[in-house]
Amino acid sequence: MKEKKKFNLPPWALLTPYGIIFSVFIIIPVVAAVLLSFTYFNTIRPPEFVGLQNYIDLFTTDSTFLKYVVPNTIAYALFVGVGGYILSFFLAWSLSQLTHGVRTVMAVIIYSPSLTGGILIANIWKVIFDGSETGYLNYWLMELGVIAEPIKWLQSSDYLMVVMIIVALWSSMGVGFLSILSGITNVDKEIYEAAYMDGVKNRFQEIFYVTIPSIKPQMLFGAVMAIVNTFQTSGVGVALSGSNPTPNYAGQLIGTHIEDFGFIRNEMGYAAAVSVVLLLFIKLMSTGANKLFAEKD
Amino acid sequence: MLKKKKKIKNRLRAKGVTPKHFDRSQIKILAYMVPVCIVMALPIVFIFMNAFKPVDELFAYPPRLYVKNPTFQNFVDLFSLTSQTNIPMSRYLFNSILYTVITVVSTIYIAACAGYVLSKKKFKGRDTLFKINQTALMFVPVAVQIPRYFVIVYTGLIDNFWANILPLLAVPTSVFLVKQFIDQLPDSLIEAAVIDGAGDIMIMRKIIMPLIKSPLATVAILSFSSAWGATEAATYFIDNDSLKNFAFYVSTLSNATGNVVAGAGVSAAASLIMFLPSFILFIIMQSRVMNSMAHSGIK
Repeated sequence: MKEKKKFNLPPWALLTPYGIIFSVFIIIPVVAAVLLSFTYFNTIRPPEFVGLQNYIDLFTTDSTFLKYVVPNTIAYALFVGVGGYILSFFLAWSLSQLTHGVRTVMAVIIYSPSLTGGILIANIWKVIFDGSETGYLNYWLMELGVIAEPIKWLQSSDYLMVVMIIVALWSSMGVGFLSILSGITNVDKEIYEAAYMDGVKNRFQEIFYVTIPSIKPQMLFGAVMAIVNTFQTSGVGVALSGSNPTPNYAGQLIGTHIEDFGFIRNEMGYAAAVSVVLLLFIKLMSTGANKLFAEKD
Repeated sequence: MLKKKKKIKNRLRAKGVTPKHFDRSQIKILAYMVPVCIVMALPIVFIFMNAFKPVDELFAYPPRLYVKNPTFQNFVDLFSLTSQTNIPMSRYLFNSILYTVITVVSTIYIAACAGYVLSKKKFKGRDTLFKINQTALMFVPVAVQIPRYFVIVYTGLIDNFWANILPLLAVPTSVFLVKQFIDQLPDSLIEAAVIDGAGDIMIMRKIIMPLIKSPLATVAILSFSSAWGATEAATYFIDNDSLKNFAFYVSTLSNATGNVVAGAGVSAAASLIMFLPSFILFIIMQSRVMNSMAHSGIK
Protein backbone atom coordinates (compact mmCIF):
# COMPACT_ATOMS: atom_id res chain seq x y z
CA MET A 1 0.00 0.00 0.00
CA LYS A 2 2.78 2.38 0.86
CA GLU A 3 4.49 1.86 -2.46
CA LYS A 4 1.34 2.63 -4.36
CA LYS A 5 2.18 6.29 -4.72
CA LYS A 6 5.38 5.58 -6.56
CA PHE A 7 3.56 3.96 -9.46
CA ASN A 8 0.72 6.41 -9.73
CA LEU A 9 0.88 8.98 -12.45
CA PRO A 10 -0.63 12.42 -12.08
CA PRO A 11 -4.27 12.32 -13.23
CA TRP A 12 -3.64 14.03 -16.52
CA ALA A 13 -0.48 12.12 -17.48
CA LEU A 14 -2.17 9.71 -19.87
CA LEU A 15 -3.85 12.64 -21.53
CA THR A 16 -0.54 14.15 -22.61
CA PRO A 17 -0.06 12.43 -26.00
CA TYR A 18 -3.52 13.42 -27.15
CA GLY A 19 -3.15 16.83 -25.58
CA ILE A 20 -0.02 17.55 -27.60
CA ILE A 21 -1.44 16.27 -30.88
CA PHE A 22 -4.72 18.08 -30.28
CA SER A 23 -2.97 21.37 -29.51
CA VAL A 24 -0.57 21.18 -32.43
CA PHE A 25 -3.03 20.13 -35.12
CA ILE A 26 -6.31 21.65 -33.93
CA ILE A 27 -5.92 24.44 -31.34
CA ILE A 28 -2.87 26.13 -32.86
CA PRO A 29 -4.26 25.97 -36.42
CA VAL A 30 -7.56 27.51 -35.30
CA VAL A 31 -5.77 30.32 -33.45
CA ALA A 32 -3.36 30.76 -36.36
CA ALA A 33 -6.26 30.96 -38.81
CA VAL A 34 -7.77 33.81 -36.82
CA LEU A 35 -4.44 35.66 -36.60
CA LEU A 36 -3.49 35.11 -40.23
CA SER A 37 -6.89 36.30 -41.36
CA PHE A 38 -5.89 39.85 -40.36
CA THR A 39 -2.78 39.79 -42.54
CA TYR A 40 -1.64 39.84 -46.11
CA PHE A 41 0.58 36.82 -46.55
CA ASN A 42 1.86 35.41 -49.81
CA THR A 43 4.32 32.90 -48.23
CA ILE A 44 7.32 34.72 -49.71
CA ARG A 45 7.40 37.78 -47.48
CA PRO A 46 6.43 37.75 -43.80
CA PRO A 47 2.77 38.41 -43.01
CA GLU A 48 1.74 42.05 -43.03
CA PHE A 49 -1.05 43.30 -40.78
CA VAL A 50 -3.99 44.60 -42.81
CA GLY A 51 -6.76 44.69 -40.21
CA LEU A 52 -10.16 43.67 -41.47
CA GLN A 53 -9.23 44.16 -45.12
CA ASN A 54 -9.52 40.44 -46.00
CA TYR A 55 -13.01 40.25 -44.56
CA ILE A 56 -14.03 43.48 -46.29
CA ASP A 57 -12.71 42.16 -49.62
CA LEU A 58 -14.42 38.83 -49.08
CA PHE A 59 -17.85 40.37 -48.57
CA THR A 60 -17.60 43.26 -51.02
CA THR A 61 -15.27 42.57 -53.94
CA ASP A 62 -14.82 38.80 -54.17
CA SER A 63 -17.47 38.21 -56.79
CA THR A 64 -16.69 34.49 -57.03
CA PHE A 65 -17.36 34.14 -53.33
CA LEU A 66 -20.59 36.13 -53.37
CA LYS A 67 -21.95 34.89 -56.67
CA TYR A 68 -21.00 31.21 -56.55
CA VAL A 69 -19.42 30.05 -53.31
CA VAL A 70 -22.04 31.36 -50.87
CA PRO A 71 -25.14 30.18 -52.77
CA ASN A 72 -23.47 26.86 -53.61
CA THR A 73 -22.43 26.27 -50.01
CA ILE A 74 -25.88 27.09 -48.68
CA ALA A 75 -27.57 24.79 -51.21
CA TYR A 76 -25.05 22.04 -50.53
CA ALA A 77 -25.38 22.42 -46.76
CA LEU A 78 -29.18 22.28 -47.00
CA PHE A 79 -29.30 19.20 -49.21
CA VAL A 80 -26.33 17.26 -47.89
CA GLY A 81 -26.29 18.48 -44.29
CA VAL A 82 -29.96 18.92 -43.39
CA GLY A 83 -31.33 16.59 -46.08
CA GLY A 84 -28.72 13.94 -45.37
CA TYR A 85 -29.49 14.16 -41.66
CA ILE A 86 -33.22 13.69 -42.17
CA LEU A 87 -32.51 10.86 -44.58
CA SER A 88 -30.21 9.14 -42.11
CA PHE A 89 -32.90 9.29 -39.43
CA PHE A 90 -35.52 8.00 -41.84
CA LEU A 91 -33.33 5.10 -43.02
CA ALA A 92 -32.32 4.25 -39.46
CA TRP A 93 -35.93 4.27 -38.30
CA SER A 94 -36.98 2.10 -41.25
CA LEU A 95 -34.25 -0.41 -40.47
CA SER A 96 -35.32 -0.52 -36.84
CA GLN A 97 -38.71 -1.81 -37.96
CA LEU A 98 -37.17 -4.88 -39.57
CA THR A 99 -35.93 -8.13 -38.12
CA HIS A 100 -32.36 -8.44 -36.89
CA GLY A 101 -30.80 -10.31 -39.83
CA VAL A 102 -32.27 -8.09 -42.54
CA ARG A 103 -31.43 -5.00 -40.52
CA THR A 104 -27.78 -5.97 -40.14
CA VAL A 105 -27.25 -6.69 -43.83
CA MET A 106 -28.98 -3.48 -44.89
CA ALA A 107 -27.08 -1.41 -42.32
CA VAL A 108 -23.78 -2.71 -43.71
CA ILE A 109 -24.87 -1.85 -47.26
CA ILE A 110 -26.00 1.66 -46.33
CA TYR A 111 -22.97 2.40 -44.17
CA SER A 112 -20.27 1.06 -46.48
CA PRO A 113 -20.29 3.98 -48.98
CA SER A 114 -19.15 6.26 -46.17
CA LEU A 115 -15.93 4.23 -46.01
CA THR A 116 -14.95 5.52 -49.42
CA GLY A 117 -12.75 8.58 -49.08
CA GLY A 118 -12.52 11.55 -51.44
CA ILE A 119 -10.47 10.13 -54.26
CA LEU A 120 -12.28 6.80 -54.26
CA ILE A 121 -15.71 8.45 -54.39
CA ALA A 122 -14.65 10.31 -57.52
CA ASN A 123 -13.24 7.19 -59.16
CA ILE A 124 -16.40 5.20 -58.50
CA TRP A 125 -18.85 7.81 -59.70
CA LYS A 126 -16.84 8.87 -62.73
CA VAL A 127 -17.76 5.49 -64.21
CA ILE A 128 -21.45 6.19 -63.79
CA PHE A 129 -21.43 9.86 -64.76
CA ASP A 130 -19.00 9.35 -67.61
CA GLY A 131 -19.58 12.02 -70.26
CA SER A 132 -19.48 9.73 -73.28
CA GLU A 133 -22.19 7.43 -74.53
CA THR A 134 -20.59 4.44 -72.81
CA GLY A 135 -21.21 6.02 -69.40
CA TYR A 136 -23.88 4.05 -67.55
CA LEU A 137 -26.19 6.97 -66.87
CA ASN A 138 -25.94 8.39 -70.39
CA TYR A 139 -26.58 4.97 -71.88
CA TRP A 140 -29.64 4.30 -69.72
CA LEU A 141 -31.13 7.73 -70.31
CA MET A 142 -30.55 7.43 -74.05
CA GLU A 143 -32.11 3.96 -74.10
CA LEU A 144 -35.13 5.31 -72.29
CA GLY A 145 -35.28 8.19 -74.74
CA VAL A 146 -34.93 10.85 -72.05
CA ILE A 147 -31.91 12.42 -73.76
CA ALA A 148 -30.73 12.28 -77.36
CA GLU A 149 -27.07 13.20 -76.87
CA PRO A 150 -24.70 12.10 -74.11
CA ILE A 151 -24.36 14.76 -71.41
CA LYS A 152 -21.00 15.71 -69.94
CA TRP A 153 -22.31 15.56 -66.38
CA LEU A 154 -19.07 16.40 -64.64
CA GLN A 155 -18.00 19.27 -66.87
CA SER A 156 -21.41 20.90 -67.06
CA SER A 157 -22.20 23.87 -64.88
CA ASP A 158 -25.88 22.86 -64.94
CA TYR A 159 -25.43 19.39 -63.55
CA LEU A 160 -22.23 19.35 -61.50
CA MET A 161 -23.92 20.56 -58.31
CA VAL A 162 -26.72 17.98 -58.59
CA VAL A 163 -24.19 15.21 -59.15
CA MET A 164 -22.17 16.43 -56.15
CA ILE A 165 -25.24 16.37 -53.90
CA ILE A 166 -26.19 12.85 -55.02
CA VAL A 167 -22.66 11.57 -54.49
CA ALA A 168 -22.30 13.27 -51.11
CA LEU A 169 -25.67 11.96 -49.89
CA TRP A 170 -24.68 8.49 -50.99
CA SER A 171 -21.55 8.62 -48.87
CA SER A 172 -23.04 10.43 -45.88
CA MET A 173 -24.64 7.55 -43.99
CA GLY A 174 -21.67 7.20 -41.66
CA VAL A 175 -21.25 7.02 -37.89
CA GLY A 176 -24.09 9.49 -37.39
CA PHE A 177 -26.46 7.10 -39.12
CA LEU A 178 -25.15 4.14 -37.09
CA SER A 179 -25.50 6.14 -33.89
CA ILE A 180 -29.14 7.00 -34.60
CA LEU A 181 -29.87 3.41 -35.64
CA SER A 182 -28.33 2.04 -32.51
CA GLY A 183 -30.17 4.63 -30.42
CA ILE A 184 -33.55 3.65 -31.87
CA THR A 185 -33.00 -0.08 -31.49
CA ASN A 186 -32.02 0.39 -27.85
CA VAL A 187 -35.10 2.32 -26.75
CA ASP A 188 -36.83 0.38 -24.02
CA LYS A 189 -39.93 -1.35 -25.38
CA GLU A 190 -41.85 -0.55 -22.23
CA ILE A 191 -41.72 3.14 -23.11
CA TYR A 192 -43.60 2.35 -26.30
CA GLU A 193 -46.09 0.23 -24.41
CA ALA A 194 -46.69 3.02 -21.93
CA ALA A 195 -47.06 5.53 -24.74
CA TYR A 196 -49.71 3.44 -26.48
CA MET A 197 -51.51 3.05 -23.16
CA ASP A 198 -51.47 6.83 -22.91
CA GLY A 199 -53.09 7.22 -26.28
CA VAL A 200 -50.39 7.37 -28.94
CA LYS A 201 -52.24 6.21 -32.02
CA ASN A 202 -49.97 5.79 -34.99
CA ARG A 203 -46.35 5.59 -36.05
CA PHE A 204 -46.02 9.31 -36.69
CA GLN A 205 -47.03 10.09 -33.16
CA GLU A 206 -44.80 7.28 -32.00
CA ILE A 207 -41.79 8.82 -33.77
CA PHE A 208 -42.38 12.35 -32.50
CA TYR A 209 -43.52 11.59 -28.95
CA VAL A 210 -41.47 8.52 -28.14
CA THR A 211 -38.60 7.75 -30.50
CA ILE A 212 -36.99 11.16 -31.00
CA PRO A 213 -37.30 12.33 -27.36
CA SER A 214 -35.76 9.03 -26.22
CA ILE A 215 -32.70 9.33 -28.45
CA LYS A 216 -31.87 13.03 -28.19
CA PRO A 217 -28.17 12.40 -27.43
CA GLN A 218 -27.82 10.25 -30.54
CA MET A 219 -29.79 12.77 -32.58
CA LEU A 220 -27.36 15.48 -31.51
CA PHE A 221 -24.32 13.34 -32.27
CA GLY A 222 -25.86 12.51 -35.65
CA ALA A 223 -26.40 16.21 -36.33
CA VAL A 224 -22.80 17.05 -35.51
CA MET A 225 -21.59 14.24 -37.76
CA ALA A 226 -23.89 15.50 -40.54
CA ILE A 227 -22.32 18.96 -40.28
CA VAL A 228 -18.82 17.46 -40.29
CA ASN A 229 -19.62 15.31 -43.30
CA THR A 230 -21.05 18.25 -45.22
CA PHE A 231 -17.83 20.21 -45.05
CA GLN A 232 -15.51 17.24 -45.14
CA THR A 233 -16.88 16.18 -48.52
CA SER A 234 -16.68 19.67 -49.98
CA GLY A 235 -13.76 18.62 -52.20
CA VAL A 236 -15.96 16.18 -54.07
CA GLY A 237 -16.73 18.69 -56.84
CA VAL A 238 -13.05 19.23 -57.52
CA ALA A 239 -12.39 15.49 -57.43
CA LEU A 240 -15.25 14.73 -59.83
CA SER A 241 -14.59 17.49 -62.35
CA GLY A 242 -10.83 17.16 -62.02
CA SER A 243 -10.16 20.87 -61.69
CA ASN A 244 -10.10 23.62 -59.10
CA PRO A 245 -11.81 26.01 -59.76
CA THR A 246 -14.62 23.73 -60.94
CA PRO A 247 -16.13 24.44 -64.40
CA ASN A 248 -17.76 27.89 -64.25
CA TYR A 249 -17.46 27.69 -60.45
CA ALA A 250 -20.53 25.43 -60.51
CA GLY A 251 -19.19 23.14 -57.80
CA GLN A 252 -17.19 25.72 -55.87
CA LEU A 253 -17.80 25.41 -52.13
CA ILE A 254 -16.27 27.30 -49.25
CA GLY A 255 -13.79 24.47 -48.64
CA THR A 256 -12.56 24.49 -52.22
CA HIS A 257 -12.45 28.30 -52.18
CA ILE A 258 -9.96 28.07 -49.29
CA GLU A 259 -7.84 25.63 -51.26
CA ASP A 260 -8.04 27.77 -54.38
CA PHE A 261 -6.76 30.91 -52.63
CA GLY A 262 -4.43 29.19 -50.20
CA PHE A 263 -2.62 26.55 -52.17
CA ILE A 264 -3.16 27.66 -55.76
CA ARG A 265 -2.90 31.46 -55.54
CA ASN A 266 -0.78 31.51 -52.35
CA GLU A 267 -2.91 34.20 -50.73
CA MET A 268 -2.73 32.64 -47.30
CA GLY A 269 -4.07 35.56 -45.27
CA TYR A 270 -7.14 35.75 -47.44
CA ALA A 271 -7.64 31.98 -47.37
CA ALA A 272 -7.39 32.11 -43.57
CA ALA A 273 -10.17 34.70 -43.47
CA VAL A 274 -12.35 32.32 -45.52
CA SER A 275 -11.45 29.55 -43.05
CA VAL A 276 -12.61 31.69 -40.14
CA VAL A 277 -15.90 32.37 -41.90
CA LEU A 278 -16.29 28.62 -42.43
CA LEU A 279 -15.58 27.89 -38.75
CA LEU A 280 -18.17 30.46 -37.73
CA PHE A 281 -20.67 28.94 -40.13
CA ILE A 282 -20.04 25.49 -38.65
CA LYS A 283 -20.43 26.87 -35.14
CA LEU A 284 -23.72 28.48 -36.13
CA MET A 285 -25.07 25.20 -37.49
CA SER A 286 -24.01 23.27 -34.41
CA THR A 287 -25.60 25.84 -32.10
CA GLY A 288 -28.81 25.29 -34.00
CA ALA A 289 -28.53 21.53 -33.54
CA ASN A 290 -27.81 22.02 -29.85
CA LYS A 291 -30.92 24.14 -29.41
CA LEU A 292 -33.00 21.36 -30.94
CA PHE A 293 -31.66 18.36 -29.09
CA ALA A 294 -29.64 19.29 -26.02
CA GLU A 295 -31.08 17.72 -22.88
CA LYS A 296 -32.20 20.36 -20.46
CA ASP A 297 -30.96 19.76 -16.96
CA MET B 1 -56.94 -2.44 -18.61
CA LEU B 2 -54.69 -5.46 -18.34
CA LYS B 3 -56.20 -6.86 -21.47
CA LYS B 4 -55.41 -3.68 -23.36
CA LYS B 5 -51.85 -3.80 -22.15
CA LYS B 6 -51.44 -7.35 -23.32
CA LYS B 7 -52.89 -6.48 -26.70
CA ILE B 8 -50.47 -3.61 -27.12
CA LYS B 9 -47.58 -5.78 -26.06
CA ASN B 10 -48.44 -8.41 -28.61
CA ARG B 11 -48.86 -5.90 -31.35
CA LEU B 12 -45.55 -4.20 -30.60
CA ARG B 13 -43.75 -7.50 -30.63
CA ALA B 14 -44.53 -7.91 -34.33
CA LYS B 15 -44.91 -4.35 -35.59
CA GLY B 16 -42.88 -1.94 -33.52
CA VAL B 17 -39.17 -1.33 -33.16
CA THR B 18 -36.83 -4.35 -33.36
CA PRO B 19 -39.47 -7.00 -34.14
CA LYS B 20 -38.56 -10.58 -33.35
CA HIS B 21 -40.36 -12.08 -36.31
CA PHE B 22 -41.39 -11.20 -39.79
CA ASP B 23 -44.77 -9.54 -40.00
CA ARG B 24 -46.81 -8.37 -42.96
CA SER B 25 -46.50 -4.78 -41.79
CA GLN B 26 -42.80 -4.97 -42.64
CA ILE B 27 -43.54 -5.43 -46.34
CA LYS B 28 -44.26 -1.71 -46.73
CA ILE B 29 -40.85 -0.87 -45.32
CA LEU B 30 -39.06 -3.52 -47.34
CA ALA B 31 -40.81 -2.17 -50.45
CA TYR B 32 -38.70 0.99 -50.31
CA MET B 33 -35.69 -0.19 -48.34
CA VAL B 34 -34.76 -2.89 -50.85
CA PRO B 35 -34.55 -0.39 -53.74
CA VAL B 36 -32.66 2.06 -51.50
CA CYS B 37 -30.13 -0.64 -50.68
CA ILE B 38 -29.76 -1.55 -54.35
CA VAL B 39 -29.02 2.08 -55.23
CA MET B 40 -26.54 2.35 -52.36
CA ALA B 41 -24.77 -0.87 -53.35
CA LEU B 42 -24.76 -0.34 -57.10
CA PRO B 43 -21.69 1.93 -57.38
CA ILE B 44 -19.74 -0.53 -55.27
CA VAL B 45 -20.85 -3.43 -57.46
CA PHE B 46 -19.59 -1.43 -60.46
CA ILE B 47 -16.17 -1.13 -58.89
CA PHE B 48 -15.99 -4.86 -58.24
CA MET B 49 -17.07 -5.68 -61.77
CA ASN B 50 -14.92 -3.10 -63.52
CA ALA B 51 -11.80 -4.19 -61.70
CA PHE B 52 -12.06 -7.61 -63.35
CA LYS B 53 -13.19 -6.50 -66.81
CA PRO B 54 -10.86 -6.88 -69.78
CA VAL B 55 -10.34 -3.67 -71.77
CA ASP B 56 -12.85 -4.52 -74.50
CA GLU B 57 -15.58 -5.02 -71.90
CA LEU B 58 -14.72 -1.78 -70.10
CA PHE B 59 -15.45 0.15 -73.25
CA ALA B 60 -18.15 -2.09 -74.61
CA TYR B 61 -21.21 -0.45 -76.06
CA PRO B 62 -23.79 -0.89 -74.64
CA PRO B 63 -22.09 -0.82 -71.23
CA ARG B 64 -22.70 -4.03 -69.32
CA LEU B 65 -22.91 -4.29 -65.55
CA TYR B 66 -21.51 -7.79 -65.06
CA VAL B 67 -18.20 -9.26 -66.27
CA LYS B 68 -18.22 -11.89 -69.00
CA ASN B 69 -14.57 -12.90 -69.03
CA PRO B 70 -13.11 -11.90 -65.67
CA THR B 71 -9.36 -11.25 -65.73
CA PHE B 72 -6.63 -10.16 -63.35
CA GLN B 73 -4.97 -8.18 -66.13
CA ASN B 74 -5.93 -4.82 -64.60
CA PHE B 75 -4.14 -5.73 -61.39
CA VAL B 76 -1.10 -6.98 -63.29
CA ASP B 77 -1.03 -3.70 -65.24
CA LEU B 78 -1.43 -1.70 -62.06
CA PHE B 79 1.50 -3.38 -60.35
CA SER B 80 3.75 -3.02 -63.37
CA LEU B 81 3.27 0.76 -63.40
CA THR B 82 5.88 3.10 -62.01
CA SER B 83 5.65 6.79 -61.21
CA GLN B 84 7.43 9.41 -63.31
CA THR B 85 10.39 9.20 -60.97
CA ASN B 86 10.59 5.45 -61.44
CA ILE B 87 9.15 4.48 -58.12
CA PRO B 88 7.24 1.22 -58.42
CA MET B 89 3.62 1.03 -57.41
CA SER B 90 4.41 -1.59 -54.78
CA ARG B 91 6.42 1.02 -52.88
CA TYR B 92 3.35 3.25 -52.56
CA LEU B 93 1.28 0.33 -51.42
CA PHE B 94 3.92 -0.54 -48.83
CA ASN B 95 3.98 3.09 -47.62
CA SER B 96 0.21 3.10 -47.30
CA ILE B 97 0.17 -0.10 -45.30
CA LEU B 98 2.91 1.19 -43.00
CA TYR B 99 1.28 4.62 -42.44
CA THR B 100 -2.11 3.04 -41.89
CA VAL B 101 -0.90 0.49 -39.36
CA ILE B 102 1.03 3.10 -37.36
CA THR B 103 -1.90 5.53 -37.50
CA VAL B 104 -4.50 2.98 -36.40
CA VAL B 105 -2.43 1.55 -33.55
CA SER B 106 -1.40 4.98 -32.26
CA THR B 107 -4.93 6.35 -32.50
CA ILE B 108 -6.27 3.41 -30.49
CA TYR B 109 -3.80 3.95 -27.66
CA ILE B 110 -4.02 7.73 -27.66
CA ALA B 111 -7.82 7.70 -27.69
CA ALA B 112 -8.06 4.97 -25.05
CA CYS B 113 -5.74 6.83 -22.65
CA ALA B 114 -7.39 10.20 -23.22
CA GLY B 115 -10.88 8.72 -22.95
CA TYR B 116 -9.98 7.01 -19.67
CA VAL B 117 -8.57 10.17 -18.12
CA LEU B 118 -11.46 12.35 -19.26
CA SER B 119 -13.98 9.84 -17.98
CA LYS B 120 -12.64 8.40 -14.73
CA LYS B 121 -9.95 10.72 -13.37
CA LYS B 122 -10.99 13.59 -11.18
CA PHE B 123 -9.00 16.76 -11.59
CA LYS B 124 -9.60 20.44 -12.09
CA GLY B 125 -10.52 21.48 -15.60
CA ARG B 126 -11.46 18.01 -16.79
CA ASP B 127 -14.96 18.96 -17.86
CA THR B 128 -13.66 22.04 -19.65
CA LEU B 129 -11.16 19.92 -21.57
CA PHE B 130 -13.92 17.55 -22.60
CA LYS B 131 -16.11 20.44 -23.69
CA ILE B 132 -13.26 21.77 -25.84
CA ASN B 133 -12.87 18.36 -27.43
CA GLN B 134 -16.61 18.19 -28.05
CA THR B 135 -16.55 21.56 -29.79
CA ALA B 136 -13.58 20.41 -31.85
CA LEU B 137 -15.63 17.48 -33.17
CA MET B 138 -16.80 19.89 -35.81
CA PHE B 139 -13.52 21.53 -36.74
CA VAL B 140 -13.08 19.61 -39.94
CA PRO B 141 -9.54 19.48 -41.30
CA VAL B 142 -10.75 21.29 -44.44
CA ALA B 143 -11.42 24.39 -42.36
CA VAL B 144 -7.95 24.52 -40.88
CA GLN B 145 -5.94 23.24 -43.83
CA ILE B 146 -4.04 26.51 -44.37
CA PRO B 147 -2.73 27.02 -40.81
CA ARG B 148 -2.17 23.27 -40.54
CA TYR B 149 0.16 23.53 -43.49
CA PHE B 150 2.18 26.19 -41.66
CA VAL B 151 2.27 24.09 -38.51
CA ILE B 152 3.81 21.33 -40.61
CA VAL B 153 6.29 23.80 -42.10
CA TYR B 154 7.37 25.32 -38.77
CA THR B 155 7.65 22.01 -36.96
CA GLY B 156 10.01 20.84 -39.69
CA LEU B 157 7.72 18.03 -40.71
CA ILE B 158 7.76 18.95 -44.40
CA ASP B 159 9.02 15.98 -46.35
CA ASN B 160 9.19 13.97 -43.16
CA PHE B 161 7.90 10.44 -42.76
CA TRP B 162 5.75 11.52 -39.77
CA ALA B 163 3.89 14.18 -41.73
CA ASN B 164 1.89 11.29 -43.16
CA ILE B 165 0.83 10.14 -39.72
CA LEU B 166 0.76 12.81 -37.00
CA PRO B 167 -2.00 15.04 -38.41
CA LEU B 168 -4.26 11.98 -38.69
CA LEU B 169 -3.96 11.30 -34.97
CA ALA B 170 -5.86 14.44 -34.01
CA VAL B 171 -9.36 12.97 -34.14
CA PRO B 172 -11.69 14.39 -31.48
CA THR B 173 -14.40 11.93 -32.54
CA SER B 174 -12.29 8.97 -31.41
CA VAL B 175 -11.65 10.38 -27.95
CA PHE B 176 -15.30 11.36 -27.68
CA LEU B 177 -16.57 7.86 -28.53
CA VAL B 178 -14.18 6.14 -26.14
CA LYS B 179 -14.95 8.56 -23.29
CA GLN B 180 -18.71 8.16 -23.68
CA PHE B 181 -18.31 4.38 -23.54
CA ILE B 182 -16.05 4.40 -20.46
CA ASP B 183 -18.58 6.66 -18.69
CA GLN B 184 -20.96 3.75 -18.30
CA LEU B 185 -18.37 1.38 -16.83
CA PRO B 186 -18.81 1.26 -13.02
CA ASP B 187 -16.27 3.21 -10.96
CA SER B 188 -16.10 0.30 -8.54
CA LEU B 189 -14.05 -1.71 -11.04
CA ILE B 190 -11.27 0.84 -10.89
CA GLU B 191 -11.59 1.48 -7.17
CA ALA B 192 -11.13 -2.23 -6.53
CA ALA B 193 -8.00 -2.27 -8.66
CA VAL B 194 -6.60 0.78 -6.88
CA ILE B 195 -7.08 -0.93 -3.51
CA ASP B 196 -5.15 -3.89 -4.89
CA GLY B 197 -2.34 -1.49 -5.64
CA ALA B 198 -2.69 -1.21 -9.39
CA GLY B 199 -1.34 1.92 -11.07
CA ASP B 200 -2.80 3.69 -14.07
CA ILE B 201 -0.86 1.71 -16.61
CA MET B 202 -1.97 -1.54 -15.00
CA ILE B 203 -5.60 -0.39 -14.84
CA MET B 204 -5.49 0.57 -18.51
CA ARG B 205 -4.00 -2.75 -19.58
CA LYS B 206 -5.91 -5.15 -17.37
CA ILE B 207 -9.28 -3.49 -16.90
CA ILE B 208 -10.07 -0.70 -19.33
CA MET B 209 -8.64 -2.00 -22.60
CA PRO B 210 -10.40 -5.39 -22.47
CA LEU B 211 -13.73 -3.72 -21.71
CA ILE B 212 -13.62 -1.06 -24.39
CA LYS B 213 -12.99 -3.26 -27.40
CA SER B 214 -16.26 -2.05 -28.94
CA PRO B 215 -15.50 1.66 -29.14
CA LEU B 216 -11.90 0.83 -30.07
CA ALA B 217 -13.21 -1.20 -33.01
CA THR B 218 -15.11 1.89 -34.15
CA VAL B 219 -12.05 4.08 -33.67
CA ALA B 220 -9.99 1.55 -35.65
CA ILE B 221 -12.41 1.61 -38.60
CA LEU B 222 -12.63 5.39 -38.68
CA SER B 223 -8.90 5.89 -38.46
CA PHE B 224 -8.19 3.06 -40.89
CA SER B 225 -10.40 4.50 -43.61
CA SER B 226 -9.06 8.02 -43.09
CA ALA B 227 -5.42 6.87 -43.19
CA TRP B 228 -5.90 4.47 -46.09
CA GLY B 229 -7.61 7.13 -48.19
CA ALA B 230 -5.51 10.12 -47.09
CA THR B 231 -4.13 12.34 -49.84
CA GLU B 232 -3.63 15.61 -47.93
CA ALA B 233 -0.13 14.82 -46.69
CA ALA B 234 1.16 13.54 -50.03
CA THR B 235 -0.33 16.53 -51.84
CA TYR B 236 0.86 19.34 -49.58
CA PHE B 237 3.43 18.11 -47.05
CA ILE B 238 5.59 15.67 -48.99
CA ASP B 239 7.81 16.41 -51.99
CA ASN B 240 9.86 13.26 -51.91
CA ASP B 241 8.07 10.83 -54.21
CA SER B 242 9.23 7.76 -52.32
CA LEU B 243 7.35 8.92 -49.18
CA LYS B 244 3.97 9.34 -50.87
CA ASN B 245 1.17 6.85 -50.45
CA PHE B 246 -1.06 4.66 -52.57
CA ALA B 247 -4.17 6.86 -52.33
CA PHE B 248 -2.22 9.80 -53.70
CA TYR B 249 -0.82 7.67 -56.49
CA VAL B 250 -4.32 6.52 -57.41
CA SER B 251 -5.46 10.14 -57.58
CA THR B 252 -2.75 10.87 -60.15
CA LEU B 253 -3.50 7.79 -62.25
CA SER B 254 -6.16 9.18 -64.53
CA ASN B 255 -3.88 12.04 -65.64
CA ALA B 256 -0.53 10.32 -65.51
CA THR B 257 -1.13 7.27 -67.65
CA GLY B 258 -2.12 9.49 -70.54
CA ASN B 259 -3.71 6.51 -72.20
CA VAL B 260 -7.40 6.67 -71.32
CA VAL B 261 -8.10 3.11 -72.40
CA ALA B 262 -5.42 1.48 -70.25
CA GLY B 263 -6.06 4.00 -67.47
CA ALA B 264 -9.66 2.94 -66.93
CA GLY B 265 -8.80 -0.66 -66.13
CA VAL B 266 -5.89 0.25 -63.90
CA SER B 267 -7.89 2.82 -62.00
CA ALA B 268 -10.76 0.36 -61.50
CA ALA B 269 -8.33 -2.16 -60.04
CA ALA B 270 -6.82 0.54 -57.84
CA SER B 271 -10.27 1.62 -56.65
CA LEU B 272 -11.04 -1.90 -55.53
CA ILE B 273 -7.79 -2.02 -53.56
CA MET B 274 -8.76 1.32 -52.00
CA PHE B 275 -12.20 0.12 -50.97
CA LEU B 276 -11.87 -3.52 -49.99
CA PRO B 277 -9.74 -3.34 -46.81
CA SER B 278 -12.02 -0.86 -44.99
CA PHE B 279 -15.07 -2.81 -46.11
CA ILE B 280 -13.76 -6.17 -44.87
CA LEU B 281 -12.68 -4.59 -41.61
CA PHE B 282 -16.13 -3.15 -41.09
CA ILE B 283 -17.88 -6.45 -41.82
CA ILE B 284 -15.68 -8.22 -39.29
CA MET B 285 -16.27 -5.62 -36.60
CA GLN B 286 -19.78 -4.43 -37.33
CA SER B 287 -21.41 -5.94 -34.25
CA ARG B 288 -18.81 -4.29 -32.01
CA VAL B 289 -19.28 -1.01 -33.82
CA MET B 290 -23.05 -1.14 -33.33
CA ASN B 291 -22.54 -1.96 -29.67
CA SER B 292 -20.31 1.07 -29.14
CA MET B 293 -22.67 3.34 -31.07
CA ALA B 294 -25.35 2.80 -28.44
CA HIS B 295 -23.27 5.00 -26.13
CA SER B 296 -22.27 7.60 -28.67
CA GLY B 297 -24.83 10.29 -27.85
CA ILE B 298 -23.96 13.85 -26.85
CA LYS B 299 -25.56 14.51 -23.50
